[in-house]
Amino acid sequence: MRTRSLLPALLLAAASAAAQPGPGALSAPNANPFPSTYTPWPSRPTVIRNVNIFTATGPLIRNGAILMQDGKIVSVGATVNAPANAVVIDGAGKYVTPGIVDDHSHLGANAAPNVWSRSDANELVNPVTGYVWVEHSVWPQDPQFPRDLAGGVTTLQVLPGSGNLFGGRSVVLKVVPAVSVQGMKFPGAKYGLKMACGENPMRVYSTRGPQTRMGDIAGYRIAWAQAEAYRRRWDKWLTDRAGDPPARDLNLETLAEVLRGNILVHNHCYMADEMMQVIDVSKEFGYKVRSFHHAVEAYKIADVLAKEGIAASMWADWGGMKMEMMDGVRANMAIVHAAGGITIMHSDDASGSQRLNQEAAKAMAAGRANGINITEEDAIRWMTYNPAWALGLEDKIGSLAAGKNADVVLWSGNPFSIYTRAEKVWVDGAMLFDRTDPAQQWRTDFELGFVPVNNGGKN
Amino acid sequence: MRSLGTAPAALVVAAIAQLTLGAQATAGAQTIAITGGTVFPISGPKIEHGTVIITNGKITAVGGASTAVPAGATKIDATGKWVTPGLFNAATSLGLAEGNPQSGGYNESRAKGEKGISASFNAWEGMNPAATFIAETRRDGVTTATVAPAGGSLFSGRAAVVDLNGETVASMLVKGPVAMVGELGDGSEARGEQFAHFKAVLSDAKTYGLRKVAYDNGAIRSMAASREDLEALAPVLAGTMPLIVSANKAADIRAALGIAKQFGLKLVIDGGAEAWECATELAAAHVPVMAGAMNNIPNSFSSLGHRQENLALLRAAGVQVVIVGDGGGLGEDNYNARNVRYEAGNAVAYGMKWDDALRAVTLAPAEVMGVADKVGSLQVGREANVVVWSGDPFEFASSAEHVYVRGVENNAPTRQQMLIDRYKNKPPTYRKP
Repeated sequence: MRTRSLLPALLLAAASAAAQPGPGALSAPNANPFPSTYTPWPSRPTVIRNVNIFTATGPLIRNGAILMQDGKIVSVGATVNAPANAVVIDGAGKYVTPGIVDDHSHLGANAAPNVWSRSDANELVNPVTGYVWVEHSVWPQDPQFPRDLAGGVTTLQVLPGSGNLFGGRSVVLKVVPAVSVQGMKFPGAKYGLKMACGENPMRVYSTRGPQTRMGDIAGYRIAWAQAEAYRRRWDKWLTDRAGDPPARDLNLETLAEVLRGNILVHNHCYMADEMMQVIDVSKEFGYKVRSFHHAVEAYKIADVLAKEGIAASMWADWGGMKMEMMDGVRANMAIVHAAGGITIMHSDDASGSQRLNQEAAKAMAAGRANGINITEEDAIRWMTYNPAWALGLEDKIGSLAAGKNADVVLWSGNPFSIYTRAEKVWVDGAMLFDRTDPAQQWRTDFELGFVPVNNGGKN
Repeated sequence: MRSLGTAPAALVVAAIAQLTLGAQATAGAQTIAITGGTVFPISGPKIEHGTVIITNGKITAVGGASTAVPAGATKIDATGKWVTPGLFNAATSLGLAEGNPQSGGYNESRAKGEKGISASFNAWEGMNPAATFIAETRRDGVTTATVAPAGGSLFSGRAAVVDLNGETVASMLVKGPVAMVGELGDGSEARGEQFAHFKAVLSDAKTYGLRKVAYDNGAIRSMAASREDLEALAPVLAGTMPLIVSANKAADIRAALGIAKQFGLKLVIDGGAEAWECATELAAAHVPVMAGAMNNIPNSFSSLGHRQENLALLRAAGVQVVIVGDGGGLGEDNYNARNVRYEAGNAVAYGMKWDDALRAVTLAPAEVMGVADKVGSLQVGREANVVVWSGDPFEFASSAEHVYVRGVENNAPTRQQMLIDRYKNKPPTYRKP
């Protein structure tokens, strides 16, 4: 493997042979130096019959059936034609949904146990750290991963923390056992860029700046201006290949990829007024915010978010912890939804991520209590199709339709009841969790010998 | 039911509610009859088509459909509804904090103390009765709370029980102090040193109690805590005031059990991530456990055994269980203290009996805090803390339709409701409230 000290030398060598750079050796757009090695786990053709199905894009199918084969959904409907060798599961009284997608997680980077050496998500040395990639912090043996899978979550966007204006690149993971993060990476998923508004960068950098919200905004603009110049230099060189390539700047490279539309912006931002300012910054520099995260005041600008096509990734009922969270309300998601906004149930929390169905149930109830009729189909979409859209993966995951990845959850009952739990979870057609069979429950390396199994033993 | 009307209508409702509240507070002679619902007294079996009568802020009758309804009573038809005691969240910092000291706001939940001890700190005395989270909590059917100091030292201070409606701390107080709050396990001291330190404080408090004159004359060696803190520990040593010890690791819980036995303490374990591993010992020692039901993450080397079945296993072993917020989300001791009912629902999903879970958020905390003669059940003579639910109180689809605190229904819109009403239609309504 390359070491850190060798890397610049290799780059120079590659640059001097500029005509044929090796893959990933240059800052060519879409370079993929840490490619996914994920392959689906072995699967058998599987039919779930006699089950209620939330497809996330259509009405509830009562007593329907779904067929998965070779990692894909083959058909969904009132009935399906199952091959003779299919595993058949009777789903009487139960529900099927797409695998849940959580677009705001720190699993693996802020791992359990929550000790210093596993607090790996915030590179608090500089407010602009577009050069860090959170995948390099992800520990695949984080015991929070199997717990998330048991909550029906099959896809995660792991983000760097929110201490910096530009926190670094996110990574999209499948919630599967693997020895390396590359083995969890969602093949073909775009990177995201974590940005943050408000109090966190102000607090972290109170001595060196930004100290203020105007400092936050100035920090974005300075960096985007540099990134635009960098993009032009590189795009010119990539077109004419004249002379030596420009010097590589890993920070600006990430930002330039945003400006080219290849990386999606996920912006931690609580307050309505700050979101409005960020929208103006994005227009000044020609990029789009894909989703505002936390967005506890999204309800105040729900119409603007809908018009701009910017999603809001929200909690059901968090708030009050900081001044910028003081106006959190439980009807936030419902109001954003009613205005036509792209409404997303996110967690930012290893515990909440396991119960996004319960969080969605709370947010749905709050809407109804305020005269906003949120259907169960709507609320399913909040935690499946809409977050898949935020990750640019809605063509592959987030709904149950022929040809899509077979990421499927079988729930013990209606997923909006507090008494319901995920019973079986499939990722790309492979059943990776079965609550009824301890042998089908993934235990991370860390857990062996440390964490008791459910029968009280230590194996 | 909460107002769903337009902002002006909501304002009118608010004005009326406030007037009504004021009138009740002064007159205080209202009779309310809640009829037709399924009543869960907790102290006895559930009553179908039951009746609860409230007079002058107290419960004056609980019975079946034949229960007499006094003339002139305000009638609440609870047909198809569920009627329970007001929920009791036994681990909160309600009124002690809003926002975060780092970003502004206030936080009154932690004392500086002396020598790392602050046993004499009465956390509730710094409570803000107007804290906006109190009304949000009440609106979701929580009528009573223990207001406790934040942990962090071996003896952090004393807690009180309050009812969640009132303009002054005195008028909200059910009883204070009700318990001493302490902690064992992770800390700056090695465990062996910490356990010894913990015992030294108790031992010195005992010595102090026996030799106050010598102490006042300066004829005594230096003590492990200040005079006020040693004094505060007297009822703990007498076994009359519960000592709530936050401890997660099974070994720490066993250490606490040992100390409690040695000093004759009335111990309560809080947190108790691995309590299920010593369930039989806890049951044998009659030590209750206060814990949540939504945490299964081994988030420290002291909680490797965290699991959602914890409460069910403890209850099955005969341990008195109190359900509180713990790991199910942000601010479950304050901003989301309202969510304690969802902790209870999750406890059921992970094996606890439904009746036990309801008891664990009503009568059980009242018993553990020594206020079961006032709150926690629907019995004649108890405070009229009563909730009429649209359905199963643990379900997300259910809401608290009527919440009585000492017989008063305070429907003034909460701050969050005012924000929703302002912004749910665009353009927003900036009318002066």
